[in-house]
Amino acid sequence: MEPIHTHISRQYNTELEEIRAHVLQMGGLVEQQIEQALNALVKGDATLGDTVIGDDTKVNQLEVTIDEECNQIIARRQPTAGDLRLVVAVIKTITDLERVGDEAEKIARMAVRLAGEERPKNNYAEIQVLGLHVRQMVHDALDAFARVDIESALRVAREDQKVDQQYEAVMRQMITFMMEDPRTISRMLNVIWAARALERIGDHARNICEYIIYLVKGKDVRHTSLDQVEREILGRK
Amino acid sequence: MNPDAQFTVRKAVPAYNGAMSPPTKPELAATGASPRTASRPVIKAQAKDLNFYYGGTVQALKNINLELAEKKVTALIGPSGCGKSTFLRCFNRMHDLYPGNRYEGEILIHPDNVNILAKNVDPIEVRMRISMVFQKPNPFPKSIYENVAYGLRVRDVKRRGLLDDKVEEALRNAALWDEAKDRLHDLAFNLSGGQQQRLCIARALATDPEILLFDEPTSALDPIATASIEELITELKKKLTILIVTHNMQQAARVSDYTAFMHLGELVEFGDTDAIFTNPTQKRTEDYITGRYG
Repeated sequence: MEPIHTHISRQYNTELEEIRAHVLQMGGLVEQQIEQALNALVKGDATLGDTVIGDDTKVNQLEVTIDEECNQIIARRQPTAGDLRLVVAVIKTITDLERVGDEAEKIARMAVRLAGEERPKNNYAEIQVLGLHVRQMVHDALDAFARVDIESALRVAREDQKVDQQYEAVMRQMITFMMEDPRTISRMLNVIWAARALERIGDHARNICEYIIYLVKGKDVRHTSLDQVEREILGRK
Repeated sequence: MNPDAQFTVRKAVPAYNGAMSPPTKPELAATGASPRTASRPVIKAQAKDLNFYYGGTVQALKNINLELAEKKVTALIGPSGCGKSTFLRCFNRMHDLYPGNRYEGEILIHPDNVNILAKNVDPIEVRMRISMVFQKPNPFPKSIYENVAYGLRVRDVKRRGLLDDKVEEALRNAALWDEAKDRLHDLAFNLSGGQQQRLCIARALATDPEILLFDEPTSALDPIATASIEELITELKKKLTILIVTHNMQQAARVSDYTAFMHLGELVEFGDTDAIFTNPTQKRTEDYITGRYG
């Protein structure tokens, strides 16, 4: 893929730079939403939870704005090759980012609900670990997007398997708790919803990495195993 | 020259004997630049190691190897002066009209496997089988009917019934019949620009060509007339092979099955139009189609 800023039309350069910058801005906001939702959960901070819920509209608004900018570029510039792939990758990436925002909002709602209840002794340590992991994934995916770095993208995509394993472990733990003491069931169900939301965020981060591979290599790697991607797209054994 | 060739060396203009449709279809040759594509199309024509010199000194085409798939549209794109029109014009020996121009290499037409650039091949007959439509509509200062009938009259077709049938068929194929049927004997210049261009297409179709060449066919037309010509090209490819030169990349993307990108007289990249416009392999192609410094 050629650098964005090398078009003959400087206005076109600016437009493409803008959508790219706006994706990163939206990504930054989404990262912050995940972090604060986790904090709200771990610290039992209902006010912070409410802030996260309120801020989701900002994420949604950014999605609408970037979508509109992409539509304008398609209508006015008829992008081709790498430019076309950038616009397509951006449109898809912001959909996933918006969903990550929704998942963060869900976690914040659980946090508000759990804030009034008794806290477990380990202070939701397992959720915290899973949360930090997926937040890092989102961060690294956006970093790979900013640097159009296919190697990092692939590495981040691989992390998703670990997240899935962690999620399974959390589930087993929750089921054990619920069997030991049925009074915790309603609380634990909320925790499970939060864990589920985090696991979904991992999936979205992986999707973003797939769009980066598409952006750079022009190959659609959705529904393809990562081993296959490495073999067929990157030509490794 | 191939002894089985349909081309014959004749001094006089040959009599019209109906369409010279190919009896068999050769499969894609293993060598040469073939479109980067999964299925193997039937090849109608191929340029082999083609070089072309204007006035004997200026080399405008450098070792071009390219195959035209039968009943498909192949688009040639590239910056001004890259040789795409020069290449197109080789296909009907247009360069013969100026002294000193020189071809090297071959353009083979299948299935008869004849090199149309060979000195003993009659360019008039080449132009019967390979017609051309130009940038600006250029009807003759005659009636609509006579414009279409011209190529047939040159071939000594005199029978009124056959002429009428052929003119109607060509005008229908050029999507002009409904607009022109009641004014066949009006002067062609009374038609609109888009209609004149379709008239030129009808004129080109009247001799039942196997290949149709378009040199920037819509650059002088408005968007509506352009759309109707593009629609026509899509219809025509059911019957014949089309090679089109265009500066309008969106047009190449819309109408063609294969796209060739040329630069400085070289063929840089040739492949499925789908692939060229979403994921070209060559940097020069990407720079050109995305509007970057070349």
